[in-house]
Amino acid sequence: MSGPPGKFNIGWLRGYTVVYLIFIYLPILLLPIFSFNDGIYVAFPMSGFTFQWWAEMVSQPGMHKALWNSIAVAVPVSLISTILGMMGAKALTSYPLYGARALTGMFTLPLVTPFLILGIALLITFKNYGINLSLFTVGVGHVLICVPFSLFVLLSRLESFDRSLEEAALDLGETPWIVFWRVTFPINMPGIVASLLLTFTISFDEFLLAFFLTGDASTLPIFIWSQLRFPVKLPSVLALGSAILVVTVFIVVVAELLRRKGSTRSTGKVI
Amino acid sequence: MPASSFISIQDVSKHFGSIVAVDDIDVEINRGEFFALLGPSGCGKTTLLRMLAGFEIPTRGEIFIDGEQMSGVAPYRRPVNMVFQNYAIFPHLNVFQNIAFGLRKDRLAGDELKTRVNNALSLIKMKEFGERKPEELSGGQRQRVALARALVKNPKVLLLDEPLGALDKSLREQMQLELRQLQKIVGVTFVFVTHDQEEALTMSDRIAVMSAGKVLEVGSPDDLYERPQTRFVAEFLGTMNVFDGSVHARDGDSYIVDTRDLGRIRAGVGAQEFSDGEKISVALRPENLKIVNSQTSEDIDGSVSGVMSNTAYFGNSAQVYVTLDGSEQALVVSIQNQDGAASNVAHGSRDITIGWSRSSVLLLKDA
Amino acid sequence: MSLWTRFPLLKGYALVSPAVLLMVLALISPLLLLVGISFTVETGSNDEWAFSLANYEFFFEKSHYVNSLGRSILISTMVACATVLLAYPAAYFIAFHVQQNKMLWLIMITLPFWTSYLLRVFSWKLVLGYNGVVNSGLMWLELIKQPLDYILYNTNAVVLTLAHAWAAFAILPIYVSLQKIDKSLIEAAYDLGENRFRTFMRVTLPLSMPGVVAALLLVFIPTVGDYVTPKLVGGPKGLMIGNLIQAAFGRLDNWPLGAAISVISMVTVTLVVCLYLYGIDRARRLMV
Repeated sequence: MSGPPGKFNIGWLRGYTVVYLIFIYLPILLLPIFSFNDGIYVAFPMSGFTFQWWAEMVSQPGMHKALWNSIAVAVPVSLISTILGMMGAKALTSYPLYGARALTGMFTLPLVTPFLILGIALLITFKNYGINLSLFTVGVGHVLICVPFSLFVLLSRLESFDRSLEEAALDLGETPWIVFWRVTFPINMPGIVASLLLTFTISFDEFLLAFFLTGDASTLPIFIWSQLRFPVKLPSVLALGSAILVVTVFIVVVAELLRRKGSTRSTGKVI
Repeated sequence: MPASSFISIQDVSKHFGSIVAVDDIDVEINRGEFFALLGPSGCGKTTLLRMLAGFEIPTRGEIFIDGEQMSGVAPYRRPVNMVFQNYAIFPHLNVFQNIAFGLRKDRLAGDELKTRVNNALSLIKMKEFGERKPEELSGGQRQRVALARALVKNPKVLLLDEPLGALDKSLREQMQLELRQLQKIVGVTFVFVTHDQEEALTMSDRIAVMSAGKVLEVGSPDDLYERPQTRFVAEFLGTMNVFDGSVHARDGDSYIVDTRDLGRIRAGVGAQEFSDGEKISVALRPENLKIVNSQTSEDIDGSVSGVMSNTAYFGNSAQVYVTLDGSEQALVVSIQNQDGAASNVAHGSRDITIGWSRSSVLLLKDA
Repeated sequence: MSLWTRFPLLKGYALVSPAVLLMVLALISPLLLLVGISFTVETGSNDEWAFSLANYEFFFEKSHYVNSLGRSILISTMVACATVLLAYPAAYFIAFHVQQNKMLWLIMITLPFWTSYLLRVFSWKLVLGYNGVVNSGLMWLELIKQPLDYILYNTNAVVLTLAHAWAAFAILPIYVSLQKIDKSLIEAAYDLGENRFRTFMRVTLPLSMPGVVAALLLVFIPTVGDYVTPKLVGGPKGLMIGNLIQAAFGRLDNWPLGAAISVISMVTVTLVVCLYLYGIDRARRLMV
């Protein structure tokens, strides 16, 4: 620990950080904990251990359809946003484009605009052009918010990517298209996979845009929202929420490890 | 118009926005030459090299390689290959795959590909390293892999961008010799960029000295060192004492020159002609100056006295800094350390006289 | 000579154009349409529309709407400050005092951000509810007799929940700006005789200000328009402007009004952000 002098309050800082982490995690951990509780209320004392709610969750009508709908949206959304993000990141890192700053600013807009407003603006647009609400319109909304994420993950990746590697490949006689597949793509693979995984989770978990833009078909978060009205359904919602949490956490940890490990190897930096 | 020389750079300029990186350059490079582009950072030497490789497109002018016009030819269609400053070794491929990278297009039979890569590996004395990953290589090894990867393509020209810049001093000196030998073996034309004048002097057949986007002089190392034509080249190569002066008159095979710091001195007539009254620079190499005392027997055509202000000891030689009488300017004198000459000077009298021969006085145009 | 080699930048524009097209079609033009619709009213029964300022007049006539916007700004300001204050020491600790496993700490801190927003907010309802974890826990431990009814369905619950939900948005920019600080600058301040506190105030904090400002804005702007949190834990007193916008598009079925409230909210947020940035800039000048 190479701290500056007066180390007395490092212990205090560490203690605070641990408490902060508990604050961040505790509410979410309640979901899995109480999903095994043999009672209808989320309250102490806990009454006993049961798999009942998980069994009920799995057999719930509508849940499978909603799960399938969510996947049917999230997979194409992650692919399309990562392709667009990769193209954009490549353009912004490899070419001294005029207005590059303005472009970057524009790509941050979806992240700093409340999703509610994005949702209603898109809703109005779809109605205006007579496009019926469906999983497709949800997908459009999700691509809009996923492209910036993908773009910024890949931008930081490509910024630390040594461009002379591409020049070396060109110099050795490969056309730009082949250079992309033989050099740029494999070396930046961890970032691309991280982008795919992160955009998948964003779309899979997204509620507000889906709330406004879905028609009759509901995605998993919409399904959960509709179940929250019925107190008896609460325990099985806990089970469903826990399952989603576990999957999300797994995907994100893999994505983060890839993103950071990959970038550590090529640049020696952590972030 | 195609020129007779192997590489012909004709009236080439390169602008980046309002910045002129390369300013109307003409250079001819011969087949099989080891040619250096030498200059301080920002002088445009790397831009010129990248225009040869095809990574930058000249704003004006033409480049011919082996009689073929290069404008509009993409980097991947040029008969040149490059060794990058950071070597640009592909991190996801091993040494063998790195060297074989550029051979994919040649559609060689498996055996022939192996033979060619293995030949390249033995050329750089790294036969056993084919399976190594780039992160397991030292700086010198990476540099050799970059060389082999480019040479295995049999380019007409090999371009090297500060090839030794990333290596430490002792390795750099060793690699200078190895590069020179390698070039003799393969016979390919080498064009290399460096800011290190010593490196350029030891390795090259000819050097183009660049400054502020222009080529000031082109010549062999000894030409440029012994007979520089411009003040910039005189000062950039090695150490040089330079004084402002003006031509008084020509007297047979010598010029009579007036200077503020050295007084009226004589200089031998060289390649350049000067008119009476012309403003010029007078240059003297430290190793051509001698400390004059009662035993000095050599020919001395001029001398000046001053006070020794400092000495720097280098072991085999020493540099003596002399503040000239009646002048602020310091003069650097280099003396060979024979029989303890350096320490004799250092401990001798501080008032000394410095002398030189007429032929060692260089007159330079741009004052 | 092909078009590509003659205009090398063309390729860059071609590559970035699909993403730009998406932003224009799915972001810029919808937002413009939203603004446009906010200036219309339905005149007849058969879908006829006319230009009007009626929606804006309606908004400013109803103190209910104006108050709700004011409360949203206030809540989001509190959320942004609370989030940054809570996150700063943790980011500081990871940036300066974690040598090994930095990556692990970062992943741990950012991980909850990626999980479902809906579930994170919902879990606070479980914590704070009348029969929730806190109340039942305290009663079980016999610290209270009656469930506390003032911990859910009010402004504090909204602030707490949002400060939790947006933690990662604060911690990451602050961490990045702290990480960038050259450690020798801090050592130089010590060397020049400043103590820990003064060094923090004169070197570390000013140098990390870009991260702090980014964090404040990244939390403040989106939370103003939040809909889920006030709906789940806010109760009638904790409702925010987002709920009114949603109501206009849902229950009231008055889209032009909803659009007008959205436009007013966005404009107000922009003005408030400018005000905050000006204030921060003034404060920074005074501090150093």
